[in-house]
Formats: sequence, C-alpha cells, structure tokens
Amino acid sequence: MIELFNNLFFDHTLRTVALGAGALGIVSGALGSFAVLRRQSLLGDAISHAALPGIALAFLLTGNKSALVLLSGAAIAGAIATWLVTNIAGLTRVKYDSALGIILSVFFGFGLVLLTYIQKQPNANQAGLEKYLFGQAAAIVEKDVLIMAGLGLVALFLLFLFWKEFKLLSFDRDFGTTMGYPMALIDFVLTTLLVLAIVIGLQTVGVVLMSAMLIAPAVAARQWTDNLAIMVLLAAFFGALAGVSGTVASSTISRMPAGPAIVVAVSFLVVLSILFAPRRGVIWQRGRDYLLRQRFRALGGKKDV
Amino acid sequence: MPTNALDVSDLTVAYKEKPVLWDIDLTVPPAVLLAVIGPNGAGKTTLIKSILGLIPTVAGSVRIYGRPYKEQRKQVAYVPQRGTVDWDFPTSVLDVVTMGLYGTLGWLKRPGKKEKKLAMEALEMVAMQDYAHRQISQLSGGQQQRVFLARALVQQAEIYFMDEPFQGVDAMTEKAILRLLKDLRSAGKTVIVVHHDLQTVPEYFDWVTLLNTRLVANGPMEEVFTEANLEKAYGGRFMQLKATARALP
Repeated sequence: MIELFNNLFFDHTLRTVALGAGALGIVSGALGSFAVLRRQSLLGDAISHAALPGIALAFLLTGNKSALVLLSGAAIAGAIATWLVTNIAGLTRVKYDSALGIILSVFFGFGLVLLTYIQKQPNANQAGLEKYLFGQAAAIVEKDVLIMAGLGLVALFLLFLFWKEFKLLSFDRDFGTTMGYPMALIDFVLTTLLVLAIVIGLQTVGVVLMSAMLIAPAVAARQWTDNLAIMVLLAAFFGALAGVSGTVASSTISRMPAGPAIVVAVSFLVVLSILFAPRRGVIWQRGRDYLLRQRFRALGGKKDV
Repeated sequence: MPTNALDVSDLTVAYKEKPVLWDIDLTVPPAVLLAVIGPNGAGKTTLIKSILGLIPTVAGSVRIYGRPYKEQRKQVAYVPQRGTVDWDFPTSVLDVVTMGLYGTLGWLKRPGKKEKKLAMEALEMVAMQDYAHRQISQLSGGQQQRVFLARALVQQAEIYFMDEPFQGVDAMTEKAILRLLKDLRSAGKTVIVVHHDLQTVPEYFDWVTLLNTRLVANGPMEEVFTEANLEKAYGGRFMQLKATARALP
C-alpha cells in the first residue's frame, strides 16, 4: 500500500497518467451531470462513438498523429453528429432515440472502416490510431496531460460562468425563453462543453467507453444529494477518484489496460451509491418501506392472506 | 381609449399541414381575469405558447400594453403546465422561485440576498414559506403548482399567462389559487388562464375567450358565456354534456 502511494507520487509515468485520468474524471463528471439531468446521457455516447471517423479523417488529411490534430477532428465529428441527431429528430418522423442509434452506429462503423483502411497502408506512421478505440492511458505523456488540463479548465470556467443559465436550461427551457434568454444559444454552448469533455477523455478511455465517464459519476452523485452544485462537485470528485484508482489498479495488475479499469472503478461507485445512499438508495428505501408496513400492521391488525 | 393589455392579430399556427390556430384576432383590456376555454385540441395551450414566442407562428403579431411583445418581456409572467418540468431535479423550492428573477438579473449575475428575500415574499403569498428549503420532489401536486405561481409572482409582471393552474390540485388549493388570481386582478394585473372546467367559469372569471382553432368569441363573461357560443365552440360534445347534466339527479 505504502509502495503504491510512493509510486503515485514519485513514479513519473504513473503520476502523469493518474493526473490525466483525474483531470478527465473531474471534467466529465461535472459536465456529465448536466447531460444526465437533461436526459441526454445517450447523446454523450453518440458523440464519443462519432469521434472515431473524425480522428481517422484528421489523420488521413494531415498525416499528422499529434493529439491536438486528432482530437480537433474528433471534436468536429462530434459536433456534426450532434447537429445531425438534433435535426433528424426535429425534421423527420424519426424519434430522438432512434436518431441517436442511427448516428452512433453509422459514424462508428464508418470510423472502423477508415481505421482498417489506414492500418493497411504501407506506412510506418500509421500505427497507434486504434488506441482511440479503448484508450491507452499508458501512452499519455506530459504534453497530453497539459492539453487535457487546459481544455478542462476552459470547460469548467465556462460552466462556472454560465451556471445560472445552464441550470435554467436544464430545469425549464421555455420559462427561460419567456424571460428573453436565447435558450438555443445556451444549449449550443453547453453541448459544446459536453463535446469538449468527451474529447478530453478519448486518449485515456477511448470512444467506446467514454460515455460511462459522463453518465456514471453523475448518476452516483445524484444519489447522495438534492443540491445541483453539490451534485456537480461530487460527480467531479467521483470521476477523479475513479480515474486515479483505475490508473493505479492497472499499474499493479500486469497487462490491465487503464481505460477499462477506470470504467470498472466508476461502475463500482455507481453500484455502491444506488445501493447504500441515504433516502434514494435501494436498501434505505426497502428498509423504510418495511418499517412503515410493520407500523401500519401494528396499527391496523393482522393481514389475512 | 385606454391601452389594451393584449392585442393579438392574425395569429396562425400550423403543425405540418394542419392549422392549430387560424387567424386569431384577440383584444384583452387590462385588469381582467380571463378564461381561455375550448374543447380538447382547440389550441388553448398553443395560443398562449405562441403569444409568448415558444412555438413558431405562421403569421400574426402580438402587442402587450401597446408595444411589441419582445420589448415587453419584463411585463409578462408565465406559469407553464406543472407536468412540463422534471420535479426530481436537484433543487429547492426557494431556488425555483428565484429563477423568476433571472430575467431582471440578466446574464452572468448571481441571485443574492435581495433576490432571496423577494422569493421568500412570493412564497409567503402562496403560503409555502415553510417549504422554502425542501427539495422539489417532496411536494404534492398542489404545492408544486403554488411554487410555480410564486415563481411568476416574483416576476412582478403586469400580465400573467397561466396554463391550467387548477390542474390536479385539491379543493382547498383551488380556492387559495383563485383568491390569489382575484387579488392580482384587484391590483390591476391582467390574468389569462387556460381552463377546462366549464362549470366554474362563470364563478371564477369575468372575461372569456372561446376557442376552437378559430376564435369563437371573446368578451365579458355575461356576453360571451352563452349557450349558443358554447355550442359553436364545443359542437355536439356540448349537447352531450348538457344531456348528461340533465340526467344527473
């Protein structure tokens, strides 16, 4: 145990990866809270899967494999996917969830095709793009962490700045419109931040599992509090906790990839929260129902059947 | 001539090929308590939503106290149907009421002591001050409705649009809400209410707008709330209602 902490502080690689995963957890937890409250959990899933063709096309067009270039491609593809989902749901008779499913699978499939094509190229430079599928935390270097932290700080600052507007959007959009707020613009900004949070996580967790980092910390945090600010802080904390502990776990178990380990860690937090949280937790609610039944039975006499 | 509280002209709303509201011309004087009534699907909710710019219109213009609606937003308060928001949202009663002040606060500014105090006063007006720090999911339907009313009261508007404020509340709450609406009218405010209980219309309101995609009639209670007009708006359904009412002991 002590050795583990020593490694966390003094092992350069492990510290870098843990910092990156922690930063990712904070940003995705905070912004995921709004996605969950707005019932847009699956939008995050669609955006992250849609990032894959963006990454592949960015590489094909530029021949550059640097994180900044590839992640820019991912962000653009995510934005296009969001725009398509909204418009398919708004302009056709296709329902929102079907639109999400279509866009997710079409983009992801196209991304896999491009990835295969790239891998068949006789070019030594092509290796390594497949790490965006499930993430490859171990490959993260200091520069990547700086990019992640920089983007994350921008996202968190905007979240803080437009807190009131985002809350209004999430709770009662129409009411905001009647007060003169341009709710479509506020929606656009919040969704852009969501895309940003996803992009931050792609290197570590990958396109397939990224949505877990948005949804799970928020779902867990909602169990413990009825206050939006506390929920967002708690989700950020859970995200960071899962990020760091998943990284540490993957470093102690050989050949254990960090991305899936992080997702397992955050799922563990969700299970704990759903079971044991006071008031909203399953066990608390079952216990209360049981006690109430006992009391009514004591008052109301024996049950016959 | 005194300014009308609300002037709607040529308002038309259509979903796909079907018109929901057709060429509505509507004038409402200030300080009335108005019921918008009509059969299901007559466009009652659509009428107030399109007046408030919440759904796109095909044609029409809206003036509030003589000036275009967009310039008059601060004079307008809105009480949506209770079911339109998620009552499990992690927030408190006081916080929801404070949202009514976001319009006057403007961008980026946070509500402070002054806003909290105004929100508390609004909660007192609906007798919900003891619930200020409750989480909103712990409220009954009637309490939720009163929170929405408080959020509109805190806007200190001149004209109020309310979508079915009596929906699913108990008799006590209904009386309390009615009292509040009449107080608003006495204070010179205009209150426009989407309502569906024909029985209570003459008792509660003093102005009626009868709607069935087109405007059937609009005017003071005694002139408009007539059997002939109701039959025009409700058609065969109104005759059925009457027959049922006669059959009752």
